[in-house]
Amino acid sequence: MQPPPSNSANGIPLIFELGQAGRATDYLEHAKPLESYLPAAALRSGLPLPDNSELDVVRHYTQLSHRTFGIDLGFYPLGSCTMKYNPRINDAIVARPEFADLHPYTPDELAQGALEAMYELERSLSSLFGMAAFSLNPSAGAHAELGALLIAKKHFKECGEAQRDTVIVPDTAHGTNPASATMCGFKVLTLRSDARGRVSPAELRRVLGPGTAVCMMTNPNTLGLFEDDIAEIASAVHDAGGLMYYDGANANAIMGYARPGDMGFDLMHLNTHKTFTIPHGGGGAGHGPLGVAPHLVEYLPVPVVTRDAHGRYALDFDRPKSIGPMRSFWSNFAHAVRALAYLYANGSDGLKRVSQLAVLNANYLRVKIAEFLATPYPERCRHEFVASAQRLKREHGVRALDLAKALLDHGFMAPTMYFPLLVPECLMIEPTETESKETLDAFIEALRAIVATAKENPDALLQAPVSTPVGRVDETTAARRPDLRWRPPP
Amino acid sequence: MAQPQGLLFSKEHEWVSVDGDRATIGVTDYAQNSLGDIVYVELPKVGSTIAQFSNVGVIESVKAVSDLYTPMSGEVLETNGALENDPSAVNRDPYGAGWLFKLRLTGAGEASSLLSADEYEKIATE
Repeated sequence: MQPPPSNSANGIPLIFELGQAGRATDYLEHAKPLESYLPAAALRSGLPLPDNSELDVVRHYTQLSHRTFGIDLGFYPLGSCTMKYNPRINDAIVARPEFADLHPYTPDELAQGALEAMYELERSLSSLFGMAAFSLNPSAGAHAELGALLIAKKHFKECGEAQRDTVIVPDTAHGTNPASATMCGFKVLTLRSDARGRVSPAELRRVLGPGTAVCMMTNPNTLGLFEDDIAEIASAVHDAGGLMYYDGANANAIMGYARPGDMGFDLMHLNTHKTFTIPHGGGGAGHGPLGVAPHLVEYLPVPVVTRDAHGRYALDFDRPKSIGPMRSFWSNFAHAVRALAYLYANGSDGLKRVSQLAVLNANYLRVKIAEFLATPYPERCRHEFVASAQRLKREHGVRALDLAKALLDHGFMAPTMYFPLLVPECLMIEPTETESKETLDAFIEALRAIVATAKENPDALLQAPVSTPVGRVDETTAARRPDLRWRPPP
Repeated sequence: MAQPQGLLFSKEHEWVSVDGDRATIGVTDYAQNSLGDIVYVELPKVGSTIAQFSNVGVIESVKAVSDLYTPMSGEVLETNGALENDPSAVNRDPYGAGWLFKLRLTGAGEASSLLSADEYEKIATE
């Protein structure tokens, strides 16, 4: 029998390995036993739950929290994830009792302020991105992708064109697109980008046809390049009877400079955490506004906030062509308030400045990093760019993965690796607008030193990271034989 | 690294060994090296009919998930079941124990659209 897997090699035992039987504070000592609320058949006995005092639990999780890394601790240049800083004031505003304590069943006439906030956000997004209307219903970017494809499906069915079963996704589009299309029952056709890292209208025309449903694009794309043929691409897709979908993953690059609606997109989503301000990651409580062109407004998820001639706001559920609700209640309403606070704080000039600085920071990094690492598309980028470690791998056996791990030893989060797939040994770097020149310079010098080590003493990098609580992990065994469950020792 | 002679290659980094109307298919050493440690292989169904250059499965490595294409058309006779428990065979022995699937060939003249070892070598070392 093998000993139970333990975290204690990292100096912190598992919560299961702490405590003693009977140590937990018994809060329910005087309460009725659970059996009086639940049927006996639904109860389990003999669960190996940890038995710790409250103080031990607090210390355990506080210690773990000291060993994590996030945007609040350091630079986090994760390409296409836009790890911008979330100003704290947006959290402070949504914590006000007028928002935080509002019951979801509050009648419309007593929730006018909340409805106005949703209405204002919806109108602002429509104006900023050139769409006819937005739904604040989806609770993540990929959730909005699914909603948009459901709209496309319903639209084609009602037009008598249900045979449109193919979604075109360029290899420079965002990674969730093929998954959303497959979830929605479409076939996925991957389109290769051309030598300039862009979609070629001629190549696209070759695959367009009566089966084309939607072309999903990210612009600027995941190489950080603006698709300058976008107008021609959109009209080719429209001529073939298809719809254009804009993945808003990279919308932080274009605010106030270009609008997906003007580029010819019929559907789009935004990621509130990437473009505006809500907490990143954690896998919970996201927000993905879904925008549509005029001819698709009636399909938007319910409810939609309306405003009548007297300035009264209401939730409208009476929309017969809607694809239906995508979330319970009013979705992640608090995130809508955060996003609106961010929009108001910046204003239209401020949002342009956000995109300007995001692009400036990316180009500063790109030019400096090109001094010591190949950048396969050496032209002015938007908010992110890709570098390649292919030559280092060939000549010194040091891969993009090793560079990324070594960055952790310098106190930086690693950039996105091995995406997009078309660039071998790829690092995708996105600094965002909220980083200072000093931070960018420190990152450049760290990477410069790592690349120098890769050439002089490659073996030193193959062990990295050596200064983090957990060193180089065995990703292969973790993927081939995942063992995620703690079991009590026999 | 030189490619084994006698095999045909696709631009998508698959190899095919043709024996009469039978063919064995795998991915090249260059492909396994670029992908890194392979952790999962999804192969076409035995009995299914697949068309040349179509997407017939998935190869997942610690780095990325990549589509698998068939270099020739045919009916799938057999797949390498051993890869289910040990996908690392593709890394260790891409031209031997790491083979992926076998076909009864149904297309005519498809070999002419594939590459020789020397032609593929040029692509792989580009």
